Amino acid sequence: MTEEADSTPPLLSLSGIRKTFGDLVANDGIDLTVRAGEVHAVLGENGAGKTTLMRIIYGLTVPDDGVMQVDGVPVMVRSPKDALACGIGMVTQHFALVRPMTVLENILLSSLPLGPVSTEEPRLRIAELSAQLGSPFDPDAVVGTLSVGEQQRVEIVKALYQGARALILDEPTAVLVPQECSALFKSLRRLTDDGIGVLFVSHKLHEVKAISDRVSVLRHGRVVTTVPTETASTGELAELLVGRAVSGVSRAVLRPDDEGSVGATLIAAERADDRSSLAAARPNGEVLLRISALTVPGSGAKPRLDGIHLDVGGGEILGLAGVSGNGQRELADVLSGVLEPSSGSVTLGGVELAGAGPARIVQAGLGRLPEDRHGVVVEDLSVEDNLILENVNSFRRGPFLDRGAIRRHAERLIEQFSIKAAPTDPVGGLSGGNMQKVLLARVFERDPQAIVVAQPTRGLDVGASEFVHKQLLRRRSLGAAILLISEDLDEVLALSDRIAVIVEGRIMGVVSASVVSRGQLGLLMSGTPLAELSA
Amino acid sequence: MRLLLRGHAPRWLTPALVVAAALGTFILTAGPIRLAGANPGSAYDFYLLRPLSSTYTFLEVLLAATPLLFTGLAVLLAFRAGFYNIGAEGQFIAGAIAAAVVATGLPDLPPPLALPLGLGVGVVAGSLWGLVPALLRVRLGVDEVVTTLLLNPVALLLLQGLLNGPLRNPTTQFPESARIGSGYELAPILTGHRLHWGFVLAVLVALALWLVLSRTGIGLTLRAAGLNPRAAQFSGISVGRTLLGAALSSAGLAGLGGAVQVMGLQRRLTGEVSTGFGYTGIVVATLAALSVPAAIAVATLLADIVVGAEMANRVLQLPPQMGRVVTATLLLSAVSLMLLRRYRVTFPALRRRRARAPSSAGDPS
Repeated sequence: MTEEADSTPPLLSLSGIRKTFGDLVANDGIDLTVRAGEVHAVLGENGAGKTTLMRIIYGLTVPDDGVMQVDGVPVMVRSPKDALACGIGMVTQHFALVRPMTVLENILLSSLPLGPVSTEEPRLRIAELSAQLGSPFDPDAVVGTLSVGEQQRVEIVKALYQGARALILDEPTAVLVPQECSALFKSLRRLTDDGIGVLFVSHKLHEVKAISDRVSVLRHGRVVTTVPTETASTGELAELLVGRAVSGVSRAVLRPDDEGSVGATLIAAERADDRSSLAAARPNGEVLLRISALTVPGSGAKPRLDGIHLDVGGGEILGLAGVSGNGQRELADVLSGVLEPSSGSVTLGGVELAGAGPARIVQAGLGRLPEDRHGVVVEDLSVEDNLILENVNSFRRGPFLDRGAIRRHAERLIEQFSIKAAPTDPVGGLSGGNMQKVLLARVFERDPQAIVVAQPTRGLDVGASEFVHKQLLRRRSLGAAILLISEDLDEVLALSDRIAVIVEGRIMGVVSASVVSRGQLGLLMSGTPLAELSA
Repeated sequence: MRLLLRGHAPRWLTPALVVAAALGTFILTAGPIRLAGANPGSAYDFYLLRPLSSTYTFLEVLLAATPLLFTGLAVLLAFRAGFYNIGAEGQFIAGAIAAAVVATGLPDLPPPLALPLGLGVGVVAGSLWGLVPALLRVRLGVDEVVTTLLLNPVALLLLQGLLNGPLRNPTTQFPESARIGSGYELAPILTGHRLHWGFVLAVLVALALWLVLSRTGIGLTLRAAGLNPRAAQFSGISVGRTLLGAALSSAGLAGLGGAVQVMGLQRRLTGEVSTGFGYTGIVVATLAALSVPAAIAVATLLADIVVGAEMANRVLQLPPQMGRVVTATLLLSAVSLMLLRRYRVTFPALRRRRARAPSSAGDPS
């Protein structure tokens, strides 16, 4: 099953594809082939470079280097139009369909000539293609009335109608319910039987196992491996997907020397693959932050958060791991008071906070550090003004702001959190690390009982990351209940006492951080139930 | 040529751009002025310097600046909160109508009652004119630019309807109201001149607005809500309430301007109570980059041009519309040049060509 054994050139072949954005290397010499009649899966974590790669193939991004070949002939693809001309079609997660128009109109839209349009022939062709997919649909149905799964099939037919022989599917199952998934897989099988090549981008291991012929694992912009799917076990793929721990970062390293009592035993624990100990872990201390049956509806049938239960004890960090887009952002938004859940409860020390606004939540002692730093600071306002924004009323004398107190407050926090800025500097001019420090200062200064923090070190350099980690651990030792939402497994493993894994808005399980392995976390994150791991 | 977002502009840039905008305006308007048969140099002498050279014309400038101050401050306040009130014109007219109705309906009130009453109904009427767009925006997210703008011609038609109907002058039958009761009149500041206490009121309002915006908690929350509503909401600021308050205050200020115009200058309601003051208010606020002190300066400058344009009309036979051409050109050049505070202009083609040349090896860029 080697590449050389094939006499005919592959349908689509990439070699040495490289793309950098500033300092970030998104694709670092990627080699990949898609043969006619196969499903080739691309697996990768967030930021592994999947999206960039798809965009390059479809002509939405121009690579810095590398060659793309179709049927062995080098091609230059600089726009989706070029890609379609080469027989490459793509179905994105968010459909490019005009909802009030019919299926026929949508499909004709991309190849509309000037002048009169005959619809007879296209109608036949669409019927033929949709029959080929195994689920004929009415060309005159209005797209907006179709289910998500049907809309996806319209997208596929649209690509085929335009002559696509290689189909890129970007996270095609992310929007589907399970029944639609199996229908999609059946359709894909029919297509490959007809000689279409499919590039299936996903982070869900069990789907990749189920549908693909070959699988490539992408990590840090490189293809780590390409193997026939049947020869790789789910466990091996999970290990490859999340990678192995690259550094010795742990609580021991990060813990400030003066407060190293509780953590020492935790760190000493081996992260062995001791499956029997992988039972659901309970919090150690008294539960401060309790989330129960929290539900947030989605746009389709699938809820964004589906009955979340989580308990966070005082003096512990509960890590929430998961692939991005599985409900982490919604959970953070609900806890921050900017998204109202449809049902469920959030209590802090017994006080109900679900659906309360930000002001009441802050008042109740819940500190919030969301992932989108630019969305929570006012960049054109100064550091000192941003530092009091959650608490303007405490800095007033009569109707007027007490500028002296505001300045002193800012100077104290700048010193305490070693923020490199003057009180009057606009926050927008600060580096990511310093901006995060401003937010840390604003939250921690009020001594919150519980803290919700999401992606706290994303985009920060090593020094700033370490500072943030130290501060979080300091809060933990002061007795705060911390929910750490992060897509960085190293971070979750290094800081957490317990780790919860979220998949599609549900908690797959909560395990003790000292016994779980990265591979096991990877399996949980890709949707394998906890019970199967411990079995 | 490409525009690239820049982080923060250097300090010298803004003053440099102001100078560039002024120069650009002069160059762009020199042609039309020349075509109208005048020397651009002497035309600008009239537009800018002559009105300030005598006490009489200087006071005329301040008089012309009064309604612009009210509408300019009204627009500034709304824009600061992120409510794009384009309806100051209609709100100004609503305020003028209300003041005139009260002042002709109850003409015999003494000044201590009449003055607050006339100004008060102006504020209320302006706010009411802005209420529906404000509620639509805050509750339903309806774009206020459209709704406030569309209410302007409605106010104008209402004004004309009233002047041709119930408010028509009973003695002369002209389409203008009867003279307002004398208790409602804002007195001249200097005897023998038209400049009235409404100007002082405008300056006091400016001072108060400056204090509120820069020195109070309300001002801070309002600016935060305008600059980044999401972040303000996240911080616990009630963005909806802030927006509603700012929108109604803005409309009220414009309405106050209308009342002042009737009670201070016109002394009766006419169809020409506003010559586009509401729209010029947008120019004032925009050219002032939403700064209160700058708005005072800009309102004075635009009034200077208005008075100067009348003088240039008499002396140089330049059409009076030329003043508006100058103001409009100034706005366009200033707004387009101010874009450079946020964007850098680069010429990738030029750079590529330079990079290909062997001599560029030592080029640090």
